[in-house]
Amino acid sequence: MLDTSPRFDTLPPAPGVGYKPQHFADLMDAPGPVAWLEVHAENYMGDGGRPHAQLRALQERFALSVHGVGLSIGGEGALDADHLARLKELMARTQPASFSEHLAWSTHGAEFLNDLLPLPYTNATLQRVAAHINQVQDILGRQMLLENPSSYLAFAESTWSETDFLAELVRRTGCGLLLDVNNVFISATNLGYSPQGYIDAYPLEAVGEIHVGGHDEDTDDAGAPLLIDSHGKPVVDPVWALLDYTLAHTGARPVLVEWDNDVPDWPTLRDEAMRAARALSPVQ
Amino acid sequence: MTVSQDIFRKALLDAEQPVPSGLLDAQGDAAGTRFSVYRNNVVVSLSEALATAFPLVRKLLGAETFGKLAAIYVRAHPPTSPLMMFYGKDFPEFLDGFEPLQHIRYLSACAQLDFAMRRSYHAADAPPVATKELQDPERVMQARFSLAPSAVLLRSVWPLYDIWAFNMLPSAPKPRAIAQDVLVARPEFDPQPHLLAPGMADWLDKLNSGHALGPATSEILEIYPDFDLTASLALALNAQALVDYTTKETP
Repeated sequence: MLDTSPRFDTLPPAPGVGYKPQHFADLMDAPGPVAWLEVHAENYMGDGGRPHAQLRALQERFALSVHGVGLSIGGEGALDADHLARLKELMARTQPASFSEHLAWSTHGAEFLNDLLPLPYTNATLQRVAAHINQVQDILGRQMLLENPSSYLAFAESTWSETDFLAELVRRTGCGLLLDVNNVFISATNLGYSPQGYIDAYPLEAVGEIHVGGHDEDTDDAGAPLLIDSHGKPVVDPVWALLDYTLAHTGARPVLVEWDNDVPDWPTLRDEAMRAARALSPVQ
Repeated sequence: MTVSQDIFRKALLDAEQPVPSGLLDAQGDAAGTRFSVYRNNVVVSLSEALATAFPLVRKLLGAETFGKLAAIYVRAHPPTSPLMMFYGKDFPEFLDGFEPLQHIRYLSACAQLDFAMRRSYHAADAPPVATKELQDPERVMQARFSLAPSAVLLRSVWPLYDIWAFNMLPSAPKPRAIAQDVLVARPEFDPQPHLLAPGMADWLDKLNSGHALGPATSEILEIYPDFDLTASLALALNAQALVDYTTKETP
């Protein structure tokens, strides 16, 4: 009889990287400090071919985190039932250690806008997002992690802080959190608050995974700094420092290096994973 | 002060629309061009997805023209599914009706070839028919097959294969002024276009619709006396375009 039990029940509190097909051979051959991989769910929702074959090989070797970018959990409309069914099929096929999605919306009516769009933090949003998270967790039969966004602007109508909003979602749904410290740094810079203060106010006990990544630097109309989440560069020192600050409070957690655009060669990405390993070593 | 997703969406894909009021910067002032980050992300990410999906069209137009075309297309035809791998299904049709590029009349056919390659890449896996299964000369003419899920037939009034080869392969000759049918098939993971001799697309269609090899070939030979069974079968088998071999009657 075929053994279909998951090989990896949880993500290890160690470095992971966002999987890119060009790194397949290097990862299978010499993954260095990389103990787990994150894959974008939608990239593996075709019917077969290389993406499926690579995923089958990777799941034998690495703990996997399936990271959705298309569910539109914050959407005003109902969740896409077809997409939920595809996700359930992918989860059954992949048996990942973790599933995560974003506190954002990307679908409007029949359109998919392929970006993580921002939400006002109001009671109405809270109720809707909590209902969507409950629906996802019911259908998948497991806990999901929710990731904090990168913000470029704020909503005048918001009545909750982002950290309180996330804590309340955890309380209402039992979901876990994916804490992206690069997103915290970006939002704090763009909206003028302290990133350490955000971490202090954040429900750290719910953190199941941490992200770090690179961002671009720009300025707005008023000449104020405007950081943009690009995942196309090395992680900057202040974000590594914010990771250290966070890990000192949480203890060791799975830490993922995200690099999605202008993807570097394997040694460059491995070096970033090594740096994440060094950040984890004092708390392990 | 409520910024609904409907309002947000309208301003997102139409830069002529004002930035919705109720969106703020760090000082609590109107968000202004900060909203452009989202406008830019959406158009750039969709345009990049289109460029990745349509490499031949991009090669023919050049990156700059393709970028301008993409910016128009993505606003008019945003994706209707989170499966970005299939974004651009109606791009060939859009190109057909796109006035400024009517002088490149084969552009839409090239977009169809690009999309066929994309479909093939993500198609379901299926075990191909192996040449050794067809060794028995008694039974081979009774053989029936289906086209693999990763096989796509394209019939063109343009020299579609030649245009692809001239633009995508090193040192391929200039396209001839002839109509060409193309089979896109995937030996393992990487789809390849194959030039089909006259009659072969019809022959593959007959096989795929349940005709046995013998009758299908006889019918094609009546229309295309030069049809070469051995070469056609070798091409289809080597391309791994045939699956579901049987010598039984299909119901």
